[in-house]
Parts: sequence; structure tokens; C-alpha cells
Amino acid sequence: MSAQAVPAIGTPDVEAGSTRRRALDVLFQIVALLVLLAALAALATLIATVIRDGAGRLSWDFITSLPSRYAARAGIFVPLAGSIFVISLTGLIALPIGVAAAIYLEEYGTRSRLARLIEINIANLAAVPSIIYGLLGLGLFVRALGFERSVLAGASTLALLVLPVVILSTREALRTVPMTIREGAYALGATKWQTIWSQVLPMAVPGILTGLILALSRAIGETAPLITIGALTYVPFLPESIWSQFSVLPIQIFNWVSRPQQEFAANAAAGIIVLLALLLTMNAVAIWLRDRFQKRRRG
Amino acid sequence: MTSGSPAIPSFAARPKPTGPAAPDSPVKIDVRGLNFYYGDKRALENITIQLRANVVSAFIGPSGCGKSTFLRTLNRMNDIIPGTRVEGKVLIDNVDIYDPKLDVVGLRRRVGMVFQKSNPFPKSIFENVAYGLRINGLARSKAELQQRVEQSLRQAAIWDEVKDRLQESALALSGGQQQRLCIARALAVRPKVLLMDEPASALDPIATQHIEELIYDLKKDYTIVIVTHNMQQAARVSDYTAFFWLGRLVEYERTEKMFTAPAEKLTEDYVTGRFG
Repeated sequence: MSAQAVPAIGTPDVEAGSTRRRALDVLFQIVALLVLLAALAALATLIATVIRDGAGRLSWDFITSLPSRYAARAGIFVPLAGSIFVISLTGLIALPIGVAAAIYLEEYGTRSRLARLIEINIANLAAVPSIIYGLLGLGLFVRALGFERSVLAGASTLALLVLPVVILSTREALRTVPMTIREGAYALGATKWQTIWSQVLPMAVPGILTGLILALSRAIGETAPLITIGALTYVPFLPESIWSQFSVLPIQIFNWVSRPQQEFAANAAAGIIVLLALLLTMNAVAIWLRDRFQKRRRG
Repeated sequence: MTSGSPAIPSFAARPKPTGPAAPDSPVKIDVRGLNFYYGDKRALENITIQLRANVVSAFIGPSGCGKSTFLRTLNRMNDIIPGTRVEGKVLIDNVDIYDPKLDVVGLRRRVGMVFQKSNPFPKSIFENVAYGLRINGLARSKAELQQRVEQSLRQAAIWDEVKDRLQESALALSGGQQQRLCIARALAVRPKVLLMDEPASALDPIATQHIEELIYDLKKDYTIVIVTHNMQQAARVSDYTAFFWLGRLVEYERTEKMFTAPAEKLTEDYVTGRFG
């Protein structure tokens, strides 16, 4: 564009300038839309590819079969059970610790220096890469506490991983309980603990559970920390107790993907479909809980 | 004991609020030189006042004058607000309620409170009233619990409206019913004193009238302190009125005298609506 004299107001040149600005506006909208569509297209392609490759392999047999050297006979039963077992135990460990920590921070220690220090650290922990938790789990649970490569060691490690998220979402849920409810209980002679236990917590439960499930649905896709602590890639038996060795879906998928035979790639795709279905189910439960919560609030 | 909604007597038809018994009743709440601070800001300055038993005392004054803050010092409700501080003495039945050894939980049971905005718990009507009884272990059996819930609901003049729906959510009640439920909830633990913080400010005139009727009936058994920004309401329900202004107690008198011949010019200007 060459240097031109600034046109006087009202001349046709100004009109042309504003047309160009409007054109730029529309152009930007179109670019933004294209970028969005590109991102969605990538996701759609991924899902379409997975379904194309895996749908044919997906069957009741595939879900209920034990692993095998032969791709056609191999099933997802053991890692599926392992994932559900590990994730349930993770929830059982993370829920009481996370809720207790959140209650302390939100209801008891809000203004103390210690509480503020803990808060900053929790926010930082939420951003720590998951493999670091794996190393911590290996050192602490597998070795120091002697849990070996058990379901308990895996669940404990994943519980550490989701704990910051559980604490943050529980605090959020506690904060939504109106002050007037607490005052109402205090005015009747309730102690702080009675107020929290019988009024505040019940009102916060759906919010707490929603946060927990969303955190767990992140943990269920984690591979790195579990490989670090030594979860197995080939387990021909179901985990029987928290001390059993185990495998989980993402590790099984990773294992199949890395095999040279074409048939195992189909198994991996089918495994991904199972993992996605599990994730969607968990998120659906979370949304259902939130809806129920909002309805009850409105009375 | 009231029941249902009998014909509501008009103000003119009622006996004069200041009955002969009132002036002689003993002092229930004795406040001496009370200062209250939110952080560095002094919200109450050197309040000294004696509130009598079995009468209704009203606190009036413009917004921000400290009347609600003062009310909340009487059951130590301000304790739950961080950064607040109290100086001076508050004696209830000759017990210093700011004594560090005092059991605050027990105090709040004896000094009940009803809030400006009705705050029923998101539970059933029955459970709302039963809550205070349960946490304080005041009912030994299920029958006693039921009996005391019913008694409290009757006292709060809401029994007839809710007796067939005790298991329904309290949140389904109307605003006025919710407020009477909150009064029933406060009465259930049998307090000696009932503090009411603008209990009718969010209600329509009919519901307000219900509440005022109720206050009038309750003073037989309770010492009632009510904060209101509605001067007509203070005149209708109270025996004594205290006028607060900028954190100070300006005047405290028999309601009748307060509204006809106040001693202070400031009070007169306020009750005649010249400011505030």
C-alpha cells in the first residue's frame, strides 16, 4: 500500500476505508470458524478412524475375553476390570482426603497463613506432569510402603494425581452453600462441626461428586504414572484383591498398538472405543448429578 | 396459643402494647459500654441499654446505623465474621456472654434468632423444626420429638397450614410461611430470648401482619428483640423502642412516648420521617 494523502471526511475514500474494515471483520469471523472446524474435523477423523478400525472387532466376546497371544482370541476383560477396580479405589482414597482437606481450607483455615501456603501449593500440584506422580508413587507406595506393583499402589498414585482437582472442586461446592444456611444452624446452637456435617456437606454433595467424577475420568486415561509404578501389560487373570497385580485399558491399548501385526491394531481401536464409552458414561453421570443438584436448589 | 388464621384484630382493637405488667418486668439483657469493631472500623459506640423480660423491644434507625450489628452481638453471631472485635459487657440473666469460658453453642440455644431473609434448610418441614432438637439432644423419644415439633409449629401459627404436608420440602412454602417456619424452628429449642432481624422486610402486608400477630402473642413466654426499619411496625409491635444513629444509641424509651414525645430532636426528626 503506497503512502496516500489522508482523505477529508465525507469523501468516497473514507467510505471505501470503512468497507474494508467491515470486510476484515467478516474475514476474521470466517477464519475463526475455519480454525474451529479444523479442530473438530481432526477429532471427528480420529473417532471415525477408530470406529472404522475397531467396530468390526468389537463384540461381547472381545469385552469378556482374557488376553491372548492370538489377536483374534484376545479380549479386553482383564484391563477393563483393572481400570474399573483401580479407578473405584482411587475415588475411595481421594474422596475422603480431598473433602477433608477442602473443609479445612474453606471452613476452618481460610485466613491463616498456613492455609494460604497450602492453597498455593495445591494450585501448583494440579499442574505437575503425571509422570512425576508416577515416580513419587514408585518411590513411596511401591518401594517405601511395600505395596509392590499392586492395584493399591496404582490407585494410591492416581489418588495423589487427582487430589488437587478434587480439593479445588470441593471448595467450589462448599462455597456455593449460602451463608444464611450456616447462620441458621449456628443460631439453633449447632457446633461448627454439626453445621458442616448436617447442613453444608449434604448441600455440597452433588457438586463434590461431579468434581470427583470429572477428575476420575481424567485419571482413567492416564498411562504414564501406572507404567512408572510397574503395572503389567500382560495379565492373564482378574485382580482379586487390592494386592493383586493389574493392567488398565490405556496400557493394554498401548501394548496392542506397539505390536507389528495388523490384527492387534484392530484390537487397539476396539479398546479405544471401550475406553471412550467408559469415559462418556462417567461424564454423563456427572452431568446428571449436576442437573439434579440444580433442580433441588430451586426447590 | 394461636391456631390457624382467626380474624386478625386491627391495631386499634388491640390492647395497648405497653401493658401494666411490662415496666416492672425484670431486666433480661444488660448491656454496658459495648463497642464493636469490624477490623478498624468502630460500628457500635459505647452502647448501654437494659432490655426487660417478656416485652418486645424494637431497634430502629437508618440503614447502617448498627442496629443489626447490635442485635447480632446478643447471641455472638458476629463471632463467625472474621476480623470483628467486641469491648464492654453483655449480661443475659446476669451471665457475661463474652466470658471466654462461656459455651457459645449453649448461648445460641438460649438466645434464638430469626433472620431477615427466611432461611429454611433444604429439608422437609418436619426436619427443619426437628433439627435444633436433634443436634441439642432435646428429645428423648420419637414421640417427644413429634410432640415438640407440633407444639413449635402451633406456637408459630403455621401448624394448620402444614400439618398435612410435614414431609414436603420446606422450600415449597410461600415466603411468609417460610419465615413462620423459621420462627417455629427457633422456638423448638425453647430459647429464653428471641432476636428478630427485620423478620418481615421481605414479606407482603398480609404475611407481615401474620408475623406481627405472632410477635404479639409470643411475648408472654419470650423476651423479644426486633430490628426493623419500618417505624409503623415498631410502633405496632413493641413496648420499648431504641433509636440508633451512626453506631450510637440516641434514645431508648417506652414506644408510646418515643413516637409521641421523644426527648431528642434527632429522634423526633427520624420518627416523623424528616430523614432516614
